[in-house]
Amino acid sequence: MVAEAIIRTIDLNCWFGALTVLKDINLEIYKNEIFGIIGPANSGKTTFLRALNRLNYLNISYQQTGEIFLGEQNIRTLSDNILRKKIGIIFALPQVLPVSIYNNVAYGPKVHGFTGKDTLSQIVETALKKAYLWEEVKDRLSEPAARLSGGQQQRLCIARTLAVEPQVILYDEPCSGLDPISTAKVEDTMQQLKENYTQILVTNNTKQAGRVSERCGFFLMGELVEIGQTPVLFTKPRDKRTDDYISGRFG
Amino acid sequence: MPRRISEYIIESLIKLSGLLVIILVFLLFLFLLKDSLSLFGVYPLGKFLFGRSWLPISEPPRFGVIPLFLGSLYVTVGAIIICVPVGIASAMFIAEVAPKSLKLVLKSLVEILASIPSVVLGFIGIVWLGPALRNVLGLTTGMCGLTGSLLLAFMALPTIITIAEDALVSVPRTYKEAAFGLGATRWQTLWRVILPSASSGIIAGVMLGIGRVIGETMVAMMVTGNSPVIPKSILQPLRTLTATIAGEMGEAVSGSEHYFALFAVGLVLFVITFIINFIADAFLRRARK
Repeated sequence: MVAEAIIRTIDLNCWFGALTVLKDINLEIYKNEIFGIIGPANSGKTTFLRALNRLNYLNISYQQTGEIFLGEQNIRTLSDNILRKKIGIIFALPQVLPVSIYNNVAYGPKVHGFTGKDTLSQIVETALKKAYLWEEVKDRLSEPAARLSGGQQQRLCIARTLAVEPQVILYDEPCSGLDPISTAKVEDTMQQLKENYTQILVTNNTKQAGRVSERCGFFLMGELVEIGQTPVLFTKPRDKRTDDYISGRFG
Repeated sequence: MPRRISEYIIESLIKLSGLLVIILVFLLFLFLLKDSLSLFGVYPLGKFLFGRSWLPISEPPRFGVIPLFLGSLYVTVGAIIICVPVGIASAMFIAEVAPKSLKLVLKSLVEILASIPSVVLGFIGIVWLGPALRNVLGLTTGMCGLTGSLLLAFMALPTIITIAEDALVSVPRTYKEAAFGLGATRWQTLWRVILPSASSGIIAGVMLGIGRVIGETMVAMMVTGNSPVIPKSILQPLRTLTATIAGEMGEAVSGSEHYFALFAVGLVLFVITFIINFIADAFLRRARK
């Protein structure tokens, strides 16, 4: 089976001011896979993720060279809002907006002019169902989203991202603030979403990457050290540094 | 032991300062009330509150507060219509749009704006803005409600801009990232996420600005025409509550009916500003939740 690459980066270099954060990253991510990105803190994982939907540019000292392709399209040719519609992101801490559950999910379709054939409430319902949150919230859609538990809030954020129908979903340590049960639910949701979406998971938790991802990349100090099938990377890493990190000798 | 004593002393001092403020406000109110009540002994309250003319030195004198109240209302409403949109827009520009260097310049300019003495603004109103308005709008006199509204709006702007800008800046960065992450444009993020989240703070700023407009005396006295009759429009000369007190207190005989009537006007002003501050406070409290 030849996997189809949905995201390709070519010689991606990133800086914040004078600080080099990523060096020559060449990486392909295949359609419908869950790609794990592991590595210690400050190794550039989050910067890589946020380079894909240009969120890094919110920081004015950010600079970048190299190319990123989404499918056949260079993302330079896409406007910020179209790009971010196609590549959604879930942050480390659930970033619910201070409005109701319903309006959190409806926000995305609304900012994109809501052109679909479905009604807004159908979009919200579908998105919540896909994020496996519908059963828990269907009777309280008008309550403030802040009243949900941490795990529910994170799944609400997933639903909100799904509502704008992205092709790729980025997760930036989505479970770092969650308890094990909520984490398991978010991980379940990710497995269910594999059918229709490509997902990239940045995590500090190597075990989580092992559980969830099919392929994995190991970042260290801004370099992509090694990339491979997750079971292979975890059991027979080619690089000594990967081995050291995974077996817990540093990190 | 000494530690406990110093704790006690400091605690008591803090408590005392807090109490002092409350006591002062309360005494102020009592003082106004006492002198106002002296008026209502000889002049009926209903005629004061609903009287349509203010003729303090005619015989018999008439102390109807309605013309003055309407004067204040016209000038204030005019000022609000001008300064609220401009103020909020400036705050949005400074907080979210302006590049960093421009932001610093603008913020210090706004502070300078706040420090212009009101008598200087009144002077500008008399020599320049009033005549200019008269020529442009073809009025009989430029000393009218609109001139006052414009200058008072100018005075309230710094308060509104500063507080609204603080409210906008303190919206959690995560809201912004979440909105950008969904592909919202800068304007959509500002309008649909940041502005609603900051709304309580912005409203509080607006209320404080309004309080400033109602209480301002010097500008109102200098440029609004000093005519205590019920104004038919904002383009006519009128007189505010504050300007009446400031203008007539000097000539009223101490202890006379007129003298007490001015205190009663003060009480009306006190009650209005109290209500506005109360509303502002309620919004601020909601913002903190």
